[in-house]
Amino acid sequence: MNAFVADKAQTPAGPDAAAEPEVLLRVDNVSLAFGGVKAITDISFDIRKGEIRAIIGPNGAGKTSMLNVINGFYHPQEGTITWRGRERRKMKPYEAASQGIARTFQNVALFKGMTTLDNIMSGRSLKMRRNFFWQVLWHGPAEREEIEHRRKVEDIIDFLEIQAIRKTPVGRLPYGLQKRVELGRALAMEPELLLLDEPMAGMNLEEKEDMSRFIIDVNQEFGTTIALIEHDMGVVMDLSDRVVVLDYGKKIADGPPEEVQASQAVIDAYLGVSH
Amino acid sequence: MLYDIFIDPFVQMYDMPDFFLQVLWEGFVAGILYALIALGFVLIFKASGVFNFAQGIMVVFAGLTLVGLHENGVPAFLALILTIAVMGVLAYGVERVVMRPLVNQPEIILLMATIGLTYFLVGFGEFVFGGEPKQMITEELGLPTGSTAFEMGERGLIILQHIDIAAAVIAVIMVTALGIFFNKTRIGRALRAVADDHQAALSVGISLNQIWAIVWFAAGLVALATGIMWGARSDVSFALEIVAFKALPVLILGGFTSIPGAIVGGLIIGFGEKIGELYWGGLVGGGIESWLAYIIALIFLLFRPQGLFGERIIERI
Repeated sequence: MNAFVADKAQTPAGPDAAAEPEVLLRVDNVSLAFGGVKAITDISFDIRKGEIRAIIGPNGAGKTSMLNVINGFYHPQEGTITWRGRERRKMKPYEAASQGIARTFQNVALFKGMTTLDNIMSGRSLKMRRNFFWQVLWHGPAEREEIEHRRKVEDIIDFLEIQAIRKTPVGRLPYGLQKRVELGRALAMEPELLLLDEPMAGMNLEEKEDMSRFIIDVNQEFGTTIALIEHDMGVVMDLSDRVVVLDYGKKIADGPPEEVQASQAVIDAYLGVSH
Repeated sequence: MLYDIFIDPFVQMYDMPDFFLQVLWEGFVAGILYALIALGFVLIFKASGVFNFAQGIMVVFAGLTLVGLHENGVPAFLALILTIAVMGVLAYGVERVVMRPLVNQPEIILLMATIGLTYFLVGFGEFVFGGEPKQMITEELGLPTGSTAFEMGERGLIILQHIDIAAAVIAVIMVTALGIFFNKTRIGRALRAVADDHQAALSVGISLNQIWAIVWFAAGLVALATGIMWGARSDVSFALEIVAFKALPVLILGGFTSIPGAIVGGLIIGFGEKIGELYWGGLVGGGIESWLAYIIALIFLLFRPQGLFGERIIERI
């Protein structure tokens, strides 16, 4: 299709990785508390390279906290995180970003005053190498670099079918499109692991179908590993390779969608049970 | 009465064009200085959404450091370089001690923090340099001090202070440089990103700490330039801090996020103030210069709350 895809096509996609599962990220016995409130208690799971991993659970189960731990917003009090086979020390979010972890947010976090194009361009800030003084002088190499990045961004815009809103300040866009721009910004980082926090929240059926298609395409064409939080069970069952279920900060199930769906603990957590 | 308000001032302007031009020039210079102060506010507001209450005292602090170093025998240019370094250290310190622990806090908290910073700088400045007003080392820095009189044939004479011309030139250079820096570079985009959303900026790999330090340093440089120019016209004293709040109406006019807005707003306030004082001030007994700016800003707020160039805020309900 284009250069953007070509770059990514070398990484093996889902099915290959499944044969010999290589673990991209592993979370071991992680606990996170805010004062006396325990958000996450002793959770362990892994994310394999090339898969779509869903994290589900009722509201307040600690799903978003888990993502925040993975991309460095929160630092767990206990437990370890292993990223590409190496145990990760306490890490700042921008360091996580520079190591290939991108994310979107539950309630869209875009740069509202900027255009769609600038928003997605901002996703490439880590890839830009020309230093400060080149930037100030602007001409020559820095400009060439800018053009090169712009080309990649245009590829993403094509891929997400948002050409028409390229120059629109994102604050004016409807919610569904904002979510799509946010995905675009994360993709511009060419991440190895993409964290999606409720990518379909607040969308209508058609928008959900579009978004599902984009997620599958990102996973299969670019080989990007995806971890997503989603409440729409239909979407979760269709998209994901494996599902981890949290409830009250604890892991209550982990496995392929069908298996998780049949688990009594999960049914109880979702439907409620008298204790 | 109506004659005094609507006709007489214009008759005067026509009758004594030299005086009118002189007033315009004074207004222009005052406007440039307001614009410089406002610029310092805009830089930090753009990057962190914080109204930096301490910008005024930073102007004083920069001026005092420069003069204080010189008084202690440091040559003027070395003192200038050292002062720039001090502003750099201040920027780093503010980022490390004030901003970093307050990431993602509500804006009001950050505002309170800058108020705290103001009082710290007042105390620290007085402790180190003493509280008395000081003379700016204008000549030693190589800035012109004389004045030129332009004769306008039969119609009178205009006097231009050279330091004012220098102030205007320096302001233009600074504004152009900052404009290019923030609109055309990656750092500029990162800065706007940080201003819009801290979390999102972090998630795409922008280091908040780095951006904030850069911005506070830029604001420190602007404060230094303002301190020199303003100090050259009066004294370097803590009273300047109060004058710095004239930047508030300037910002309301120009918009809190716009560099050109700061300039245009500064000029409108500068012109408006001087012309208002000299042609209309007499009607209410004079002395309107000190509050006219706020009235202009208030009227403006009613019609264009986001300012001339500010970003329009659209709330989806």
